[in-house]
Amino acid sequence: MAAVVRERPARRGGPVGQEPPPAGPGRPWARRLLGPQRRHLWFWVFTGPFVIGLTVFTYVPLGWSVWLSFFEARNTVTPAAADFVGLDNYAAMLRDEAFTDSLVTFGLFTAFIVPATYALALALALMVNRLRFAQAFFRSVFFLPVACSYVVAALIWKMSIFNGVRFGLANTVLGWFGAEQVAWLSTTDPPWYWLVLVTLRLWLQAGFYMVLFLAGLQRVPPQLYEAAAVDGARPGWQTFRYITFPQLRATSVAVVLLLVVNAFQAFDEFYNLLSDARGYPPYARPPLVHLYYTALGEEQNLGAGSAGAVILALLIAVATVVQARWFGLGRKEG
Amino acid sequence: MSISRRGLLGSGAAAALYGALAACGSNTGRQDGGSGKGPRIEHWYHQYGEAGTQQAVERYARAYPRADVRVQWRPGNYDQQTAAALLTDSGPDVFEGGPTLDQIRGGQVVDVTDLLAGVREDFHPQVLATKTHRGRIWAVPQVIDTQLLYYRKSFLAGAGVEPPRTLDALVDAARALTTKDVKGLFLGNDGGPGVLLATPLYAAGLPVVTEDGEVGFDDPAAARTLGKLHRLHRDRSLLLGAPTDWSDPSAFLQGLTAMQWSGLWALPLIAEKLGDDFGVLPFPGDGPGGRPAVPVGAYGAVVSARGAHRAAAKAYVKWLWVDGTEYQEDFALSYGFHIPARISLAKRAAALRKGAAAEVVRFTTDHGYAEPLLWTTASRTAYKDALSRIVKDGADPERELRPVVARTRSELRRVGAAR
Repeated sequence: MAAVVRERPARRGGPVGQEPPPAGPGRPWARRLLGPQRRHLWFWVFTGPFVIGLTVFTYVPLGWSVWLSFFEARNTVTPAAADFVGLDNYAAMLRDEAFTDSLVTFGLFTAFIVPATYALALALALMVNRLRFAQAFFRSVFFLPVACSYVVAALIWKMSIFNGVRFGLANTVLGWFGAEQVAWLSTTDPPWYWLVLVTLRLWLQAGFYMVLFLAGLQRVPPQLYEAAAVDGARPGWQTFRYITFPQLRATSVAVVLLLVVNAFQAFDEFYNLLSDARGYPPYARPPLVHLYYTALGEEQNLGAGSAGAVILALLIAVATVVQARWFGLGRKEG
Repeated sequence: MSISRRGLLGSGAAAALYGALAACGSNTGRQDGGSGKGPRIEHWYHQYGEAGTQQAVERYARAYPRADVRVQWRPGNYDQQTAAALLTDSGPDVFEGGPTLDQIRGGQVVDVTDLLAGVREDFHPQVLATKTHRGRIWAVPQVIDTQLLYYRKSFLAGAGVEPPRTLDALVDAARALTTKDVKGLFLGNDGGPGVLLATPLYAAGLPVVTEDGEVGFDDPAAARTLGKLHRLHRDRSLLLGAPTDWSDPSAFLQGLTAMQWSGLWALPLIAEKLGDDFGVLPFPGDGPGGRPAVPVGAYGAVVSARGAHRAAAKAYVKWLWVDGTEYQEDFALSYGFHIPARISLAKRAAALRKGAAAEVVRFTTDHGYAEPLLWTTASRTAYKDALSRIVKDGADPERELRPVVARTRSELRRVGAAR
């Protein structure tokens, strides 16, 4: 493109003695716009809209939220200077049993869902990777639930599989064995609602992480397996333990990080499975649901909600850094 | 006709420019409608379950001669939608809602006291009290909604159980009525805390907030009464996990439960399906100071303080919910089943003068209670969480209620109610 601009003649005739205006791409403004020296301009033309969008819809609200967290901001996003309360919202949030309980709920959820999803996704990837036929079919089958929305999946789980009456799918199966009906989402002792929450998230998420593991498995050099076989390693567990698993380290780090962040952001399935028009039960209420009710629900306490959001963001950041250090993220291989 | 690349790009750019300019224009949907009827007023309603209600309110809006009223029928989390919309300039001019105490204190809604001049005494006092703060009225009550206990006469007769008149009798009846396929009682899929809320406290004779702005349930009777509700869970007498929740009578009609707590709005359908095979009761009283409790509530027509046409919106509200008695009667009784907020209308409504409906009107008059404005969302949430732990998990009621009392006291101080 640049060569064309330089090669094309700028003159096409005109009155004698008068310099005609440069035509087409030879014009100075065109040269300025299209020339290689304007890479910065084009960089901003293409990325600018996204930067503006990110700034307006993400960074400004984030900053605003941090600012609001220092104010008594009820039913307003523009509190007066007199409403400044310093760190009171933070102190109140950390003293609020409902918030700290929600952090415990989240902790339990993470402690279970992260290893469970990790193990299931890895197992699926290993199985699909070993298939000689119809690999693409099974890869698609396991990946398809990723395309389903949490709301739709939650409704299917709530209304048809795990409803508490005799014609629910799970209770029908239990009935075949003479077992009593179970109110899956309402029973806290034992807490059957966890089974519903966890199976829903496993169904929705495992396929995505399976694909990540599949990509990781396909990057393992076959020579390693050949060398291991020559050295006498038995296929199966021994090969997996000493070759496959260590080779998946980078993928594992990424998967675990994503799983932990996703678990922190858990909202949809809790909200859609357990809330009703009157609100939400105190058990199984993760932090985002709690903050949603505090800030955006009827309470409209945007100052306290913002303080909680900042606390949650800091917790996620600390957890991510600690985990990255633990896994040696960014450390050079070998 | 061939299209040149330059022409195509030019047309695309022109279209994009037009779109951008149109998006930046002043058509925010809040200008005059151009119908020649005056300013345009946005009126929000939550989605009603009863067929025909939407068409009815649209008809009322069309009939208003002095403004171009547009109805928005909003499904989903309505209270949260309105709360968020009130923070912006693109919200409703008029909406049905509480309003909440914080909306009133935050200046988000308009004082409508003057609209009720001369007819204030004709509005149900319990319901009007929930719209009144410091002597000013902040919404015009539309209809009264109430909740009650429905029971199947044949199921009770089959089990030799009398309709329960005390809380102990209710717990015993629920147990006696529970069989392999039918549960004794349905209090919602969460087992009760979500819908019962303060009703058991009122049944024990305790208000949530006293008239002089103090915590009303700092009393051993509260713990005793709430503790009894746990027996329903322990005895496995409750229907849990039904396909529809307490507000829908399906579980009752399908014979999944012998008794169900639901709304007055369900009465016509229940009567149609079951004929005479059902009865109604208030929530039974408990203890020496106890008395039956019937929760009443009402959405009111609220005028937003951020609306561009506040005076016109107030005039419209007066026309529809104060002067337009024929519309109120139609709205209350023609689609679902509600009690008109105007006492004179409720008295003359033929549908409310016979059978179970007449009994419910009597319960509402004799035992109705409304949660006061001073019972803030934060207090209610803390109480509901404690109630859930008490009735579902068998947590110690006294220990659970202590922090709720402290929270309520602090909320009452915050809103300037308590001394």
